Amino acid sequence: MKIIYDRDACQGHNRCYQLAPELFDVDEEGYAVLLVTGEVPAELEEKAKLCADNCPEFAIEVEG
Amino acid sequence: MTDTVPETKRQPVEDWATDFDHTHPDYAANAPEIWDDLRERCPVAHTERFGGAWLPTKAADVRAIAEDTDRFSSRGIIINDFRPELDIAPRGYAPPITSDPPFHQEARRLLLPPFSPKKIAEWEPMARACCQELLDEVEAELTAGGDVVDAATAYAQDIPVRVIAAMLGLPAEDGDKFRMFIHRILETPGQHEDIDPGETLVAYLSEKIRERRETGADGDDLISYLLTVEDPDGNHLSDEHVFGTIALLLIAGIDTTWSAIGASLWHLAQHPEDRRRWVEDPDVRLFAIEEFLRFYAPVTMARLAAEDTEVGGCPVKKEDWLLLSFPSYNRDPEAFEQADEFVIDRARNRHSAFGLGIHRCLGSNLARLELTVAIEEWMERFPDFELADPGTVRWSTGQVRGPRCLPVRVLGQEVSA
Repeated sequence: MKIIYDRDACQGHNRCYQLAPELFDVDEEGYAVLLVTGEVPAELEEKAKLCADNCPEFAIEVEG
Repeated sequence: MTDTVPETKRQPVEDWATDFDHTHPDYAANAPEIWDDLRERCPVAHTERFGGAWLPTKAADVRAIAEDTDRFSSRGIIINDFRPELDIAPRGYAPPITSDPPFHQEARRLLLPPFSPKKIAEWEPMARACCQELLDEVEAELTAGGDVVDAATAYAQDIPVRVIAAMLGLPAEDGDKFRMFIHRILETPGQHEDIDPGETLVAYLSEKIRERRETGADGDDLISYLLTVEDPDGNHLSDEHVFGTIALLLIAGIDTTWSAIGASLWHLAQHPEDRRRWVEDPDVRLFAIEEFLRFYAPVTMARLAAEDTEVGGCPVKKEDWLLLSFPSYNRDPEAFEQADEFVIDRARNRHSAFGLGIHRCLGSNLARLELTVAIEEWMERFPDFELADPGTVRWSTGQVRGPRCLPVRVLGQEVSA
Protein backbone atom coordinates (compact mmCIF):
# COMPACT_ATOMS: atom_id res chain seq x y z
CA MET A 1 0.00 0.00 0.00
CA LYS A 2 1.13 3.55 -0.83
CA ILE A 3 -0.20 6.89 0.42
CA ILE A 4 -0.78 9.70 -2.06
CA TYR A 5 -0.96 13.06 -0.29
CA ASP A 6 -1.97 16.25 -2.09
CA ARG A 7 -0.33 19.13 -0.20
CA ASP A 8 -2.25 21.71 -2.25
CA ALA A 9 -5.59 20.25 -1.13
CA CYS A 10 -4.58 20.09 2.55
CA GLN A 11 -6.17 22.84 4.66
CA GLY A 12 -4.70 21.78 7.98
CA HIS A 13 -7.67 19.99 9.55
CA ASN A 14 -5.09 17.73 11.24
CA ARG A 15 -7.31 14.67 11.24
CA CYS A 16 -4.52 12.49 9.80
CA TYR A 17 -1.94 13.67 12.32
CA GLN A 18 -4.40 12.86 15.10
CA LEU A 19 -5.29 9.44 13.77
CA ALA A 20 -1.82 8.31 12.72
CA PRO A 21 1.17 10.35 13.94
CA GLU A 22 3.29 7.42 12.69
CA LEU A 23 2.28 8.34 9.13
CA PHE A 24 1.76 12.11 9.24
CA ASP A 25 3.52 14.94 11.03
CA VAL A 26 2.48 18.61 10.83
CA ASP A 27 4.60 21.62 9.91
CA GLU A 28 4.66 24.80 11.99
CA GLU A 29 1.63 26.18 10.15
CA GLY A 30 -0.35 23.02 10.83
CA TYR A 31 -0.26 21.47 7.35
CA ALA A 32 0.27 17.72 7.08
CA VAL A 33 3.67 16.27 6.25
CA LEU A 34 3.72 12.70 4.96
CA LEU A 35 6.33 10.66 6.80
CA VAL A 36 6.14 7.46 4.79
CA THR A 37 7.07 7.91 1.17
CA GLY A 38 7.39 4.28 0.06
CA GLU A 39 5.36 1.24 1.06
CA VAL A 40 3.20 1.61 4.15
CA PRO A 41 4.29 -0.96 6.76
CA ALA A 42 1.66 -3.70 6.93
CA GLU A 43 0.76 -2.94 10.54
CA LEU A 44 -0.08 0.67 9.60
CA GLU A 45 -2.28 -0.07 6.58
CA GLU A 46 -5.50 0.21 8.58
CA LYS A 47 -4.40 3.58 9.92
CA ALA A 48 -3.49 4.79 6.44
CA LYS A 49 -7.01 3.94 5.29
CA LEU A 50 -8.47 5.79 8.27
CA CYS A 51 -6.49 8.90 7.32
CA ALA A 52 -7.82 8.76 3.77
CA ASP A 53 -11.40 8.14 4.94
CA ASN A 54 -11.42 11.06 7.36
CA CYS A 55 -9.77 13.85 5.40
CA PRO A 56 -12.45 16.52 4.87
CA GLU A 57 -10.60 17.88 1.83
CA PHE A 58 -10.00 14.51 0.09
CA ALA A 59 -6.26 15.30 0.20
CA ILE A 60 -5.22 11.72 1.03
CA GLU A 61 -5.62 8.56 -1.02
CA VAL A 62 -4.29 5.06 -0.54
CA GLU A 63 -3.29 2.85 -3.45
CA GLY A 64 -2.81 -0.86 -3.57
CA MET B 1 -41.65 22.35 21.87
CA THR B 2 -43.49 25.59 21.17
CA ASP B 3 -44.15 26.01 24.92
CA THR B 4 -40.47 26.57 25.53
CA VAL B 5 -39.75 28.88 22.61
CA PRO B 6 -38.93 32.31 24.02
CA GLU B 7 -40.68 35.42 22.80
CA THR B 8 -39.15 36.98 19.72
CA LYS B 9 -39.53 40.08 17.61
CA ARG B 10 -39.09 37.93 14.49
CA GLN B 11 -42.09 37.34 12.25
CA PRO B 12 -43.41 33.76 12.20
CA VAL B 13 -42.12 31.56 9.37
CA GLU B 14 -44.82 30.12 7.10
CA ASP B 15 -42.63 27.93 4.89
CA TRP B 16 -38.95 27.26 5.55
CA ALA B 17 -38.31 26.72 1.82
CA THR B 18 -39.40 30.22 0.79
CA ASP B 19 -39.21 32.32 3.95
CA PHE B 20 -36.51 30.84 6.21
CA ASP B 21 -35.20 32.76 9.22
CA HIS B 22 -32.25 31.22 11.03
CA THR B 23 -32.52 33.87 13.77
CA HIS B 24 -36.01 32.67 14.72
CA PRO B 25 -36.34 30.57 17.91
CA ASP B 26 -38.26 27.90 15.92
CA TYR B 27 -35.13 27.35 13.81
CA ALA B 28 -32.96 27.09 16.92
CA ALA B 29 -35.24 24.44 18.39
CA ASN B 30 -35.70 22.37 15.22
CA ALA B 31 -32.81 23.03 12.85
CA PRO B 32 -31.88 19.39 12.06
CA GLU B 33 -35.47 18.54 11.13
CA ILE B 34 -35.70 21.69 9.01
CA TRP B 35 -32.48 20.81 7.09
CA ASP B 36 -33.63 17.22 6.51
CA ASP B 37 -37.01 18.40 5.21
CA LEU B 38 -35.45 21.04 2.94
CA ARG B 39 -32.80 18.64 1.62
CA GLU B 40 -35.56 16.27 0.51
CA ARG B 41 -37.98 18.69 -1.07
CA CYS B 42 -36.07 21.85 -1.97
CA PRO B 43 -32.95 21.63 -1.51
CA VAL B 44 -31.87 25.30 -1.71
CA ALA B 45 -34.16 27.41 0.48
CA HIS B 46 -34.67 31.14 -0.03
CA THR B 47 -35.87 34.08 2.00
CA GLU B 48 -36.62 37.71 1.24
CA ARG B 49 -35.58 38.53 4.80
CA PHE B 50 -32.13 40.11 5.32
CA GLY B 51 -32.45 41.67 1.86
CA GLY B 52 -32.40 38.24 0.18
CA ALA B 53 -30.62 35.06 1.31
CA TRP B 54 -30.23 31.42 0.28
CA LEU B 55 -29.80 28.27 2.35
CA PRO B 56 -28.35 25.29 0.44
CA THR B 57 -28.76 22.08 2.42
CA LYS B 58 -26.91 19.49 0.30
CA ALA B 59 -23.26 18.71 0.99
CA ALA B 60 -22.26 19.12 -2.65
CA ASP B 61 -23.66 22.67 -2.84
CA VAL B 62 -22.12 23.69 0.49
CA ARG B 63 -18.71 22.39 -0.61
CA ALA B 64 -18.94 24.11 -3.99
CA ILE B 65 -19.62 27.49 -2.36
CA ALA B 66 -16.89 27.08 0.27
CA GLU B 67 -14.34 26.27 -2.41
CA ASP B 68 -15.29 29.05 -4.82
CA THR B 69 -13.90 32.26 -3.33
CA ASP B 70 -14.25 34.11 -6.66
CA ARG B 71 -18.02 33.80 -6.87
CA PHE B 72 -18.68 33.86 -3.12
CA SER B 73 -17.03 36.56 -1.01
CA SER B 74 -16.31 36.46 2.73
CA ARG B 75 -16.82 40.24 2.97
CA GLY B 76 -19.92 39.37 4.97
CA ILE B 77 -20.01 36.22 7.09
CA ILE B 78 -22.84 36.93 9.52
CA ILE B 79 -26.18 37.50 7.84
CA ASN B 80 -28.14 40.55 8.93
CA ASP B 81 -30.12 43.33 7.32
CA PHE B 82 -27.06 45.34 6.33
CA ARG B 83 -24.20 44.30 4.05
CA PRO B 84 -20.67 45.45 4.88
CA GLU B 85 -19.49 48.25 2.56
CA LEU B 86 -17.94 47.09 -0.71
CA ASP B 87 -14.68 48.98 -0.13
CA ILE B 88 -13.92 46.98 3.04
CA ALA B 89 -12.94 44.06 0.76
CA PRO B 90 -10.62 42.23 0.44
CA ARG B 91 -9.60 42.65 4.10
CA GLY B 92 -13.05 42.85 5.67
CA TYR B 93 -13.78 43.77 9.28
CA ALA B 94 -12.19 40.76 10.98
CA PRO B 95 -9.27 39.38 8.97
CA PRO B 96 -8.68 36.69 7.92
CA ILE B 97 -12.22 35.25 8.32
CA THR B 98 -13.75 38.19 6.45
CA SER B 99 -10.94 38.39 3.87
CA ASP B 100 -10.85 37.27 0.27
CA PRO B 101 -7.78 36.24 -1.74
CA PRO B 102 -5.13 37.40 -2.20
CA PHE B 103 -5.19 39.41 1.05
CA HIS B 104 -6.55 36.41 2.96
CA GLN B 105 -3.51 34.18 2.68
CA GLU B 106 -1.01 36.59 4.25
CA ALA B 107 -3.32 37.53 7.08
CA ARG B 108 -3.96 33.85 7.78
CA ARG B 109 -0.31 32.79 7.64
CA LEU B 110 0.53 35.17 10.49
CA LEU B 111 -1.95 33.35 12.71
CA LEU B 112 -1.36 29.73 11.74
CA PRO B 113 1.76 29.08 13.91
CA PRO B 114 0.21 29.97 17.31
CA PHE B 115 -2.84 27.83 16.44
CA SER B 116 -0.96 24.82 15.05
CA PRO B 117 -1.61 21.52 16.83
CA LYS B 118 1.74 21.38 18.58
CA LYS B 119 1.44 24.94 19.91
CA ILE B 120 -2.15 24.40 20.98
CA ALA B 121 -1.21 21.18 22.81
CA GLU B 122 0.78 23.38 25.22
CA TRP B 123 -2.54 24.79 26.47
CA GLU B 124 -3.87 21.40 27.55
CA PRO B 125 -2.80 21.58 31.23
CA MET B 126 -4.41 25.01 31.56
CA ALA B 127 -7.65 23.86 29.89
CA ARG B 128 -7.78 20.74 32.07
CA ALA B 129 -7.17 22.70 35.29
CA CYS B 130 -9.93 25.08 34.27
CA CYS B 131 -12.40 22.21 33.74
CA GLN B 132 -11.47 20.66 37.08
CA GLU B 133 -11.92 23.95 38.88
CA LEU B 134 -15.37 24.43 37.35
CA LEU B 135 -16.31 20.86 38.24
CA ASP B 136 -15.19 21.48 41.84
CA GLU B 137 -17.62 24.41 41.90
CA VAL B 138 -20.40 22.30 40.38
CA GLU B 139 -19.76 19.56 42.93
CA ALA B 140 -19.85 22.06 45.78
CA GLU B 141 -23.17 23.38 44.47
CA LEU B 142 -24.57 19.84 44.32
CA THR B 143 -23.31 19.07 47.81
CA ALA B 144 -24.98 22.23 49.08
CA GLY B 145 -28.34 21.01 47.86
CA GLY B 146 -30.16 19.49 44.93
CA ASP B 147 -28.90 17.22 42.18
CA VAL B 148 -29.52 19.50 39.18
CA VAL B 149 -26.99 21.79 37.53
CA ASP B 150 -27.13 23.86 34.34
CA ALA B 151 -24.27 22.29 32.40
CA ALA B 152 -24.37 25.07 29.79
CA THR B 153 -23.89 28.00 32.15
CA ALA B 154 -22.15 26.41 35.15
CA TYR B 155 -19.63 24.46 33.07
CA ALA B 156 -19.49 24.62 29.27
CA GLN B 157 -19.57 28.39 28.78
CA ASP B 158 -16.60 29.27 30.97
CA ILE B 159 -14.04 26.89 29.49
CA PRO B 160 -13.41 28.65 26.15
CA VAL B 161 -13.67 32.09 27.78
CA ARG B 162 -10.90 31.36 30.24
CA VAL B 163 -8.59 29.80 27.66
CA ILE B 164 -8.94 32.49 25.00
CA ALA B 165 -8.66 35.25 27.63
CA ALA B 166 -5.34 33.74 28.70
CA MET B 167 -4.17 33.43 25.10
CA LEU B 168 -5.06 37.05 24.34
CA GLY B 169 -3.82 38.36 27.69
CA LEU B 170 -7.25 39.69 28.72
CA PRO B 171 -8.77 39.26 32.22
CA ALA B 172 -10.95 36.15 32.51
CA GLU B 173 -13.26 38.18 34.79
CA ASP B 174 -14.41 40.05 31.67
CA GLY B 175 -16.08 36.85 30.45
CA ASP B 176 -19.61 38.19 30.98
CA LYS B 177 -18.75 41.21 28.81
CA PHE B 178 -17.37 38.97 26.07
CA ARG B 179 -20.58 36.94 26.10
CA MET B 180 -22.73 40.08 25.91
CA PHE B 181 -20.81 41.33 22.84
CA ILE B 182 -21.05 37.92 21.24
CA HIS B 183 -24.75 37.54 21.94
CA ARG B 184 -25.45 40.82 20.14
CA ILE B 185 -23.27 40.00 17.16
CA LEU B 186 -24.01 36.31 16.65
CA GLU B 187 -27.40 35.49 18.12
CA THR B 188 -29.39 38.64 17.46
CA PRO B 189 -27.51 40.49 14.70
CA GLY B 190 -28.94 43.86 13.73
CA GLN B 191 -31.61 43.72 16.46
CA HIS B 192 -30.08 46.35 18.75
CA GLU B 193 -30.69 50.09 18.55
CA ASP B 194 -30.20 51.23 22.12
CA ILE B 195 -26.67 50.20 23.02
CA ASP B 196 -24.51 52.46 25.16
CA PRO B 197 -21.52 53.29 22.90
CA GLY B 198 -19.20 52.88 25.89
CA GLU B 199 -20.37 49.29 26.32
CA THR B 200 -19.47 47.87 22.93
CA LEU B 201 -16.85 45.45 21.71
CA VAL B 202 -15.25 48.34 19.79
CA ALA B 203 -14.93 50.49 22.92
CA TYR B 204 -13.68 47.58 25.03
CA LEU B 205 -11.03 46.36 22.63
CA SER B 206 -9.88 49.86 21.64
CA GLU B 207 -9.21 50.56 25.31
CA LYS B 208 -7.33 47.27 25.78
CA ILE B 209 -5.20 47.86 22.69
CA ARG B 210 -4.44 51.44 23.81
CA GLU B 211 -3.37 50.16 27.26
CA ARG B 212 -1.17 47.54 25.67
CA ARG B 213 0.53 50.07 23.39
CA GLU B 214 1.19 52.35 26.36
CA THR B 215 2.63 49.70 28.63
CA GLY B 216 4.67 48.21 25.82
CA ALA B 217 3.53 45.14 23.96
CA ASP B 218 6.20 42.78 25.17
CA GLY B 219 4.08 39.92 26.56
CA ASP B 220 3.87 36.53 24.92
CA ASP B 221 0.11 36.83 24.46
CA LEU B 222 -1.63 37.15 21.11
CA ILE B 223 -2.45 40.86 21.41
CA SER B 224 1.25 41.65 21.90
CA TYR B 225 2.05 39.34 19.02
CA LEU B 226 -0.34 41.14 16.67
CA LEU B 227 0.95 44.56 17.70
CA THR B 228 4.57 43.61 16.99
CA VAL B 229 4.41 41.07 14.15
CA GLU B 230 5.65 42.20 10.74
CA ASP B 231 4.35 41.22 7.32
CA PRO B 232 6.81 39.84 4.72
CA ASP B 233 7.66 43.44 3.70
CA GLY B 234 8.62 44.36 7.26
CA ASN B 235 5.51 46.46 7.99
CA HIS B 236 3.42 46.33 11.15
CA LEU B 237 -0.23 45.49 10.72
CA SER B 238 -2.66 48.40 10.34
CA ASP B 239 -4.71 49.39 13.39
CA GLU B 240 -7.85 48.15 11.65
CA HIS B 241 -6.21 44.80 10.95
CA VAL B 242 -5.04 44.35 14.56
CA PHE B 243 -8.42 45.36 15.95
CA GLY B 244 -10.35 43.13 13.55
CA THR B 245 -8.23 40.08 14.22
CA ILE B 246 -8.42 40.45 18.01
CA ALA B 247 -12.19 40.84 17.73
CA LEU B 248 -12.27 37.69 15.62
CA LEU B 249 -10.18 35.66 18.06
CA LEU B 250 -12.34 36.78 20.95
CA ILE B 251 -15.67 36.20 19.24
CA ALA B 252 -15.03 33.10 17.17
CA GLY B 253 -13.80 30.78 19.90
CA ILE B 254 -16.33 31.25 22.68
CA ASP B 255 -19.94 30.57 21.64
CA THR B 256 -18.78 28.00 19.13
CA THR B 257 -16.86 25.80 21.57
CA TRP B 258 -19.41 26.41 24.32
CA SER B 259 -22.00 25.09 21.88
CA ALA B 260 -19.99 22.00 21.00
CA ILE B 261 -19.36 21.10 24.64
CA GLY B 262 -22.99 21.73 25.59
CA ALA B 263 -24.42 19.75 22.67
CA SER B 264 -22.12 16.82 23.44
CA LEU B 265 -23.27 16.79 27.07
CA TRP B 266 -26.89 17.09 25.88
CA HIS B 267 -26.32 13.98 23.79
CA LEU B 268 -24.59 12.02 26.53
CA ALA B 269 -27.32 12.94 29.02
CA GLN B 270 -29.83 11.11 26.80
CA HIS B 271 -27.71 8.14 25.73
CA PRO B 272 -26.59 5.87 28.57
CA GLU B 273 -25.11 3.39 26.06
CA ASP B 274 -22.78 6.09 24.71
CA ARG B 275 -21.83 7.18 28.23
CA ARG B 276 -20.94 3.57 29.06
CA ARG B 277 -18.92 3.17 25.88
CA TRP B 278 -17.01 6.39 26.58
CA VAL B 279 -16.12 5.23 30.09
CA GLU B 280 -15.23 1.64 29.21
CA ASP B 281 -13.44 2.14 25.91
CA PRO B 282 -10.85 4.97 25.91
CA ASP B 283 -9.95 4.15 22.28
CA VAL B 284 -13.41 5.23 21.14
CA ARG B 285 -13.02 8.77 22.46
CA LEU B 286 -11.06 10.10 19.49
CA PHE B 287 -13.86 8.95 17.20
CA ALA B 288 -16.61 10.05 19.56
CA ILE B 289 -15.28 13.62 19.61
CA GLU B 290 -15.34 13.79 15.80
CA GLU B 291 -18.86 12.34 15.78
CA PHE B 292 -19.99 15.00 18.27
CA LEU B 293 -18.48 17.55 15.90
CA ARG B 294 -20.25 16.03 12.89
CA PHE B 295 -23.65 15.54 14.45
CA TYR B 296 -23.77 18.74 16.48
CA ALA B 297 -21.58 21.02 14.35
CA PRO B 298 -22.29 24.42 15.87
CA VAL B 299 -21.17 26.77 13.12
CA THR B 300 -22.94 27.99 10.00
CA MET B 301 -20.99 30.57 8.00
CA ALA B 302 -22.24 32.98 5.36
CA ARG B 303 -21.02 34.42 2.07
CA LEU B 304 -22.06 37.23 -0.25
CA ALA B 305 -22.47 36.48 -3.95
CA ALA B 306 -19.81 38.45 -5.85
CA GLU B 307 -21.73 38.15 -9.12
CA ASP B 308 -25.02 36.89 -10.55
CA THR B 309 -24.67 33.12 -10.44
CA GLU B 310 -26.52 29.94 -9.54
CA VAL B 311 -26.43 27.42 -6.72
CA GLY B 312 -28.05 24.03 -7.10
CA GLY B 313 -30.00 25.38 -10.07
CA CYS B 314 -31.31 28.45 -8.20
CA PRO B 315 -30.63 31.94 -9.57
CA VAL B 316 -28.49 33.83 -7.08
CA LYS B 317 -28.15 37.59 -7.57
CA LYS B 318 -25.00 39.59 -6.90
CA GLU B 319 -24.97 40.66 -3.20
CA ASP B 320 -27.45 37.95 -2.15
CA TRP B 321 -26.47 36.27 1.12
CA LEU B 322 -25.73 32.54 1.24
CA LEU B 323 -25.79 30.53 4.43
CA LEU B 324 -23.03 27.95 4.43
CA SER B 325 -24.61 25.28 6.61
CA PHE B 326 -21.81 22.93 7.59
CA PRO B 327 -24.23 21.33 10.08
CA SER B 328 -26.61 20.42 7.24
CA TYR B 329 -23.67 19.16 5.14
CA ASN B 330 -22.83 16.83 8.01
CA ARG B 331 -26.27 15.21 7.94
CA ASP B 332 -26.55 14.72 4.18
CA PRO B 333 -27.06 11.00 3.39
CA GLU B 334 -25.21 11.54 0.09
CA ALA B 335 -22.06 12.36 2.09
CA PHE B 336 -22.40 10.08 5.12
CA GLU B 337 -23.64 6.56 5.76
CA GLN B 338 -26.40 6.52 8.39
CA ALA B 339 -26.22 10.30 8.29
CA ASP B 340 -29.13 10.77 10.69
CA GLU B 341 -27.67 8.48 13.35
CA PHE B 342 -25.06 9.27 15.96
CA VAL B 343 -22.48 6.48 15.60
CA ILE B 344 -19.98 6.85 18.42
CA ASP B 345 -17.21 4.84 16.69
CA ARG B 346 -17.82 6.13 13.15
CA ALA B 347 -14.66 5.24 11.20
CA ARG B 348 -15.41 7.22 8.00
CA ASN B 349 -16.12 10.77 9.04
CA ARG B 350 -15.14 13.59 6.68
CA HIS B 351 -17.22 16.09 8.65
CA SER B 352 -17.09 19.78 7.85
CA ALA B 353 -17.65 21.14 11.37
CA PHE B 354 -14.58 23.35 10.94
CA GLY B 355 -15.51 24.43 7.44
CA LEU B 356 -13.96 23.50 4.11
CA GLY B 357 -11.45 25.19 1.84
CA ILE B 358 -9.16 28.11 2.60
CA HIS B 359 -11.21 29.38 5.55
CA ARG B 360 -10.92 26.16 7.59
CA CYS B 361 -11.46 27.22 11.21
CA LEU B 362 -8.18 28.71 12.41
CA GLY B 363 -8.95 27.64 15.97
CA SER B 364 -9.97 24.08 15.16
CA ASN B 365 -7.10 22.53 17.12
CA LEU B 366 -7.96 24.66 20.14
CA ALA B 367 -11.67 23.85 19.85
CA ARG B 368 -10.96 20.13 19.57
CA LEU B 369 -8.65 20.27 22.58
CA GLU B 370 -11.20 22.14 24.69
CA LEU B 371 -14.04 19.84 23.68
CA THR B 372 -11.99 16.71 24.37
CA VAL B 373 -10.73 17.87 27.75
CA ALA B 374 -14.16 19.20 28.77
CA ILE B 375 -15.91 15.89 28.04
CA GLU B 376 -13.11 13.78 29.52
CA GLU B 377 -13.15 15.73 32.78
CA TRP B 378 -16.96 15.83 33.02
CA MET B 379 -17.25 12.10 32.41
CA GLU B 380 -14.48 11.38 34.90
CA ARG B 381 -16.40 13.32 37.56
CA PHE B 382 -20.03 12.64 36.59
CA PRO B 383 -20.20 9.49 34.44
CA ASP B 384 -23.97 9.22 34.93
CA PHE B 385 -26.43 12.05 34.33
CA GLU B 386 -29.69 12.81 32.55
CA LEU B 387 -31.67 15.81 31.35
CA ALA B 388 -33.48 17.24 34.36
CA ASP B 389 -36.33 18.51 32.22
CA PRO B 390 -36.04 18.26 28.41
CA GLY B 391 -38.61 21.06 28.05
CA THR B 392 -36.31 23.64 29.59
CA VAL B 393 -33.37 23.07 27.24
CA ARG B 394 -32.99 26.16 25.04
CA TRP B 395 -30.89 26.34 21.85
CA SER B 396 -29.26 29.52 20.58
CA THR B 397 -30.53 31.34 17.51
CA GLY B 398 -28.42 32.54 14.60
CA GLN B 399 -25.36 31.02 12.99
CA VAL B 400 -23.90 29.34 16.09
CA ARG B 401 -26.10 26.58 17.46
CA GLY B 402 -25.84 25.02 20.89
CA PRO B 403 -27.75 24.67 24.16
CA ARG B 404 -27.76 27.86 26.23
CA CYS B 405 -29.79 26.36 29.07
CA LEU B 406 -29.08 22.72 29.89
CA PRO B 407 -30.25 21.55 33.31
CA VAL B 408 -28.94 18.04 33.99
CA ARG B 409 -29.50 15.76 36.96
CA VAL B 410 -26.37 14.05 38.22
CA LEU B 411 -27.11 10.39 38.99
CA GLY B 412 -25.62 7.97 41.47
CA GLN B 413 -23.32 10.61 42.87
CA GLU B 414 -22.03 9.83 46.30
CA VAL B 415 -22.26 13.20 47.91
CA SER B 416 -19.54 13.51 50.46
CA ALA B 417 -19.98 16.03 53.23
